[in-house]
Amino acid sequence: MAVVFVLVAPVIGGLVAGIDRKVTAHMQGRVGPSVLQPFYDVGKLFEKENAVVNETQIFYVICYVIFMAFTGALFFAGGDLLLVIFALTLSQVFLALGAFAAYSPYSHVGAERELLQIMAYEPMVILTAVGMFVATGSFNVADIWVTSVPVVLVIPGIFLGFVYILTIKLRKSPFDISTSHHAHQEIVKGVTTEYSGPSLGLIEITHWYETVLLLGFLWLFFGWNPLLAVAAIIVLYLLEILIDNINARLRWQFAVKSAWLVALIVGIINLAVLYFLSGGAP
Amino acid sequence: MTYLAKSPWIIHYDASSCNGCDIEVLACLTPLYDVERFGIINTGNPKHADIFVVTGSVNEQNRQVILNIYNQMPDPKVVVAVGICACSGGVFRECYNVAGGIDKLIPVDVYVPGCAARPESIIDGIVTALGVLEEKKKNNVHSAEAADQRDLRGQGQLQGGAE
Repeated sequence: MAVVFVLVAPVIGGLVAGIDRKVTAHMQGRVGPSVLQPFYDVGKLFEKENAVVNETQIFYVICYVIFMAFTGALFFAGGDLLLVIFALTLSQVFLALGAFAAYSPYSHVGAERELLQIMAYEPMVILTAVGMFVATGSFNVADIWVTSVPVVLVIPGIFLGFVYILTIKLRKSPFDISTSHHAHQEIVKGVTTEYSGPSLGLIEITHWYETVLLLGFLWLFFGWNPLLAVAAIIVLYLLEILIDNINARLRWQFAVKSAWLVALIVGIINLAVLYFLSGGAP
Repeated sequence: MTYLAKSPWIIHYDASSCNGCDIEVLACLTPLYDVERFGIINTGNPKHADIFVVTGSVNEQNRQVILNIYNQMPDPKVVVAVGICACSGGVFRECYNVAGGIDKLIPVDVYVPGCAARPESIIDGIVTALGVLEEKKKNNVHSAEAADQRDLRGQGQLQGGAE
C-alpha cells in the first residue's frame, strides 16, 4: 500500500487539482483549462532552468517531498496516526525553512505565514487523532480503516473541526495566507516566491501527495461504509471549491483565532461529552 | 511539442502605458476570452514566468524595473511587447523622457502593435511567442543577462550594468 501511494498519489492528486481548476472555472463562467493542466504545468516546470538564490533551498524542497511521501506512505500502510501527524508537520516545516533560506523579504513573509498556518491547524489535527482513538480504541490507521464503528457519528464535532482546517490545509480562500493556487497577481507569492523551474514543480507534486493524504483522513471518518466515504469525499471537496470561490482572503489573525476557537469548542466539547457518556472511562 | 507550449505563465508589467493596453491584457483573463483555457496564468512573480508581457515604453522610472524583471526570469523566456508604445514608443517616442520601445533595453521576441492592442491580437501574439519559446528550448538558448547600455556608455566601461 505504501509503494502504491508513492506511485499513484501524484496521479490522483494531479487529477484532483485539474478537476478543481475546471470546476472553479465553471463557477466563474469560464471554460477553464484541461483537466490534465496541472500535469502540463509540472512538465513545463521541469523543462525550465532551476534558478535559486541559495542552493540549500533545493535540499529543503527535496526533504519536503520525501517527508510528505513518507507521511502518506505511513498513513496508507496503516501506521500510527500520531507518527503520521508528526511527519506531516516536519514536512511542512521544511517548506518554511526553504523559504527562509532565500534572502528575500517576500519569501520570508511567506515562510512566516506558513508557520502561522501550521500553528492554526495543528491543535485540530492532533485532536483528530485523539478523537479517532476515543472512537475506535486505536491510533493505528490499519485498525481505524477496517473499524465497524460509524466514526463520524461518534465524533461529529471533531469532524466539523477537521473540515474547517481542511480549508487551511488545502490552501483555499479565505485561508490561502501563505501561498495560493490561484492566478492572483500578487507580489507576495508566499513560500514559493523564490522557487522556479524544477523546484517549484516538486512543490506542486508535494501538494498532490498532501491532497491525497488529506482525502485519506476524510475517509477515516466514514471508513465503515466505503460507498458513503467516496460520496462524502466528493461532496466535501466540492464544498471546499465553493468556499474557495465565494470568499476573499482574510487576515492571518482570523485564521489562527478561528481555527483555535473551532478546535477548542467543537473538539474539546465533543471529547468531553464522550468522556462523560462513557462514565469517565475512555 | 513540449510542455512549455501547454502551460505558458506570463508576467505583465506596465512600463509607462496609459492603461489602455493593460485593460486589454486583463480583458484576456475575463470569461469572454479566458486565456486560462490554454493554460495561461498571469503570475505576479518573474521567477515563475515564461513570457514577459510589457505594455508602454521605456522611460527613466522603469528602466531598472524592466531589466530586473527580465533578468530574474528563468530560461527559456520570451518577451512580448504589447501596444505600439512598447513596440516603438508610439506617439510618445519624441518625448524628452521616453527612450523608445522595449527593444531599446531588452531583446523583444514578439511585437503586438495597436493602440490599444485588441485582446485577440494579444492572444495571437502570445501564441506566436509560444513558438519562439519552444524553439529556444529546442536550441537550448541561454539568454544573456540584460544590462542598461546607456549606463555602460556613461561609465565608458563594459562592467557593472543593471545589478
